[in-house]
Amino acid sequence: MAAGASYGKPLPAAVPRSGLHAAVKADRRAEHMLGALAVGVLVLIGLMLVTVMVNAWPSFSANGLSWFGSGGDIVTQFRAMQTNTALPGHSVEYFRAWPLIWGLLLTTVLAVAIALAVSTLAAIFMTEFAPARVRRVLEPIVRLLAGVPSVIYGLMGILLIAPWINEHLLSNARKQSVAYVVQLSGANLATATLILTVMILPIMIALSANALASVPASWREGSAALGVNRWRTIWRVSLRGARPAISAAVVLATARALGEAIMLAMVSGGRPFGANPLDGLTFFFEPVETPATAILKEFGGETNTPIAHTAYALAAVLLFSAALLSFAGWAVKQPLKRYGIV
Amino acid sequence: MASAQASAGPAPDTIARPRRESTASWPLADRVCYGLCWATGIGLCVVAVGIVLYFFSKGISQLRLSLFVESPSPSLHQSQAGGFRDPLIGTFVVTAIGIAIAAPVGVGIATWLTEYARPRWLVRAVDSGIETLAGVPSIVLALFGLLVFARGFFVFLSGSTNGGAVSGKSFLAAGILMALLALPLIVGSTREALAQLPNRMREASFALGKTRATTIRRVLLPSIRPGIASGVVLGMGRIIGDTAIIVIVLGSTLKNQGAGGAPLLSTLRGAGSTLTSYVYNNSPAGEGNAPQKAYAAAFVLLIIVLALNALVTRLSRGGRHERHGHDGPSLWRMAFSPRARL
Amino acid sequence: MDKAMPPPVRRIAVDRYPHVAPAKPAGNGTGATVAPAGDARALARATMRAPAAGVRERMRAESVWLAYGDNWVVRDVSLPVRTGEVLALIGASGSGKTTLLRSLNRLTEITDGAARSGRITLDGQDIHELEVNDLRRRVSMVFQQPNPFPMSIYDNVAYALAERPGRAGRRRRRSPELEQAVIDALRRAGLHDEVADDLDHPALRLSGGQQQRLCIARALAADPEVLLLDEPCSALDPISTATIEELIVNLRESVAIVIVTHNLQQAFRVADHVAFMHLGELVEYGPSAQVFDRPLQQRTRDYISGAFG
Repeated sequence: MAAGASYGKPLPAAVPRSGLHAAVKADRRAEHMLGALAVGVLVLIGLMLVTVMVNAWPSFSANGLSWFGSGGDIVTQFRAMQTNTALPGHSVEYFRAWPLIWGLLLTTVLAVAIALAVSTLAAIFMTEFAPARVRRVLEPIVRLLAGVPSVIYGLMGILLIAPWINEHLLSNARKQSVAYVVQLSGANLATATLILTVMILPIMIALSANALASVPASWREGSAALGVNRWRTIWRVSLRGARPAISAAVVLATARALGEAIMLAMVSGGRPFGANPLDGLTFFFEPVETPATAILKEFGGETNTPIAHTAYALAAVLLFSAALLSFAGWAVKQPLKRYGIV
Repeated sequence: MASAQASAGPAPDTIARPRRESTASWPLADRVCYGLCWATGIGLCVVAVGIVLYFFSKGISQLRLSLFVESPSPSLHQSQAGGFRDPLIGTFVVTAIGIAIAAPVGVGIATWLTEYARPRWLVRAVDSGIETLAGVPSIVLALFGLLVFARGFFVFLSGSTNGGAVSGKSFLAAGILMALLALPLIVGSTREALAQLPNRMREASFALGKTRATTIRRVLLPSIRPGIASGVVLGMGRIIGDTAIIVIVLGSTLKNQGAGGAPLLSTLRGAGSTLTSYVYNNSPAGEGNAPQKAYAAAFVLLIIVLALNALVTRLSRGGRHERHGHDGPSLWRMAFSPRARL
Repeated sequence: MDKAMPPPVRRIAVDRYPHVAPAKPAGNGTGATVAPAGDARALARATMRAPAAGVRERMRAESVWLAYGDNWVVRDVSLPVRTGEVLALIGASGSGKTTLLRSLNRLTEITDGAARSGRITLDGQDIHELEVNDLRRRVSMVFQQPNPFPMSIYDNVAYALAERPGRAGRRRRRSPELEQAVIDALRRAGLHDEVADDLDHPALRLSGGQQQRLCIARALAADPEVLLLDEPCSALDPISTATIEELIVNLRESVAIVIVTHNLQQAFRVADHVAFMHLGELVEYGPSAQVFDRPLQQRTRDYISGAFG
């Protein structure tokens, strides 16, 4: 055959050179555009941090570190800011946020602790012990409850739970005992914590159940083959394997509890009062406020007034705690990486 | 011979079908925990079904067709207080604006994060940024929004009060903030869907000489339509359920009030309410104190949430029928945190 | 050019009933190499009547039938399991050998829809009358894929001991008795020298062979009477395989061992008695020398010579 003859002619161009360049350029453009969008998100978050701090600064600088302390009644302080008449001996910006921070800590920690215990048991029930029919009914209901807006929980709280607690759990004698300091009503720490727990339970149950179901079957089988009963297998192997997911669920639930404004505003009592554990059982019936509810109730949307500064200062506290929570979520997972769980 | 008859099976009365491991022989502590799990499970069933039934019964009893078409008009008599047509429209407008912004931006960012993903440090930063955004309480977003829309660059987006001061409150402002709420959900959902696409799809497209941008546009995105749709629906759910942004950025008016002259733009730049703020305002915590209306609106909200949930399940199941067969747990996980991609 | 055609494929008709070869009575006292007239089941029962000296019978399966759903996976199998020897179950996929193995410690009960008939005894007691976790502590199992728990090496090995009921009062993790038991188990599994200093390291960091030996140590920690091994070396490299096979041969003095294996050479190397199963039925049972050199059944001969598998 004339083997060499075919090598004389030039090969036809596969793609016109200009077309190739244009395509690559378009690709670069797309990449840069999308990258700009992504960077835009970062810019937005940075902007948020900066603007909130800038507007919060007057309140922080006027009060110094004792902004976080306690001293005086928050309601009075807000009235002073509204009428622009400074309290004697202090500036108009005078504010002591401790009752709010205390309320935030109380409600969040209590709700998350109870929800963690209940959701773990419920998730174990759903994945291991429940008959198939019960599971088929329970899963969609849990998912539905996870999507219910918080205002609906607040509605249930203020129209059903709070009056019930007021009538059945709160005796007149108890109300009298602290009437000189504060009015007790159905809107109190107990109601708020209860509904907050119910609010964060569905997400935690769903995530925990998913995590338990994803534990490799080989571990469960291996544990059974060693003669360990089903409960102890769950407790020592399945839960351990599900720990990163459950930690993520806890972080998520805490973030939701921290930022909850509407539901708490409806059921928590409307009076920033530092609930006192030393009051014994009455402690649970004292009203409680959080930074989010205070913002919701007091802030009207004006700018550059003392109330605005205080509101932004409270928002800065919330922002900071959200960032702290993010970090905690990351930190909790680190030790577990060793054992090959994550 | 003997083997012929033996191969048919053993004598039927000797056949035993073992039951699951009985708990009778467990130590006491394990049996107590087992009982606790059952108790929690039953309790969960009761509470969950109870909540759903409560709202359904209260809501249905209050629901009338006229509520859907009348505008709210506050009055002392419950039956004359009008319906929630305006809040319904408000919900729709806010959700539409939010999704219209969040969907393209979210899909774009997710695409950049999975397909381009250069430089690595930027990818990690953006990833953290999205997760931080997911964790920021909506009330903080609302305060940030006020700053931007009242004093910043975007004053044209909202109407001004009689005194000439820009209020920073409008449907547009609320819609844009809602986009920030929905963004992490859409990003997470799209990322998950893209990550699950087999690499051979991309390789096949590149082997044909297509650029990355074309591949994404023509091959990848059409394949993950169910995933994107699920993310969008989840984002819609979160937007519809949020109250804090509405109360702060949209104000507490029951009716939608336009601002300025142009018909559509005036609505968008004006203030108003949505279903959630309607429920809030009609509850004892707000100004309306019309609990019947609140129940009716809450019922409508619940139905919407139920429908969205069912939609997400249908979408995720449709997208996964070829892979697993159970509806996508990963989508469910991701729904509540971009971080919980475990 | 079509000179060199491949040899014609020999087709073996694999039907359901084993052919019975004519019996060749060998006539010595052990009874193990005697093939009495009749089918393989009779052969196995004959063997069980006279256990070899120095070897003690631990478990016995009698006319065991096992099913998943409507399908009988194990059909009328009778076998003895003895301390001091290794019993290998060989056969093609789907022959029911793994199911039979799992029935020995009642692991088949985990699956819904399982059914059984027949009797399995441990030291004379029907295992279905024993408490199931008690049984599984005495009859331990090692799986095909190493499955160490996501804990430290120490916790893995101590797991079965730590979770014994009755330990609730003495729940110190590093109690001397537990530590001694862990070290003993690691020694018996041949892993102690390699991990003695690293007992708190995560178990999942070990190599495949080490993980499997860890699983063996974990199974040995509670001092079981019988050790069941389900293709323990199929996921491992040859060196780890050799180590584990050596282990098995050393362990059989104290523990009765039943090993399921796909690998005929492995069965040849480690086993004292071999049971060949096909489509759920026990085709042949006997000392490994006899089964491999002079199999009595045609089916066995075909399998061992590689005609099917």
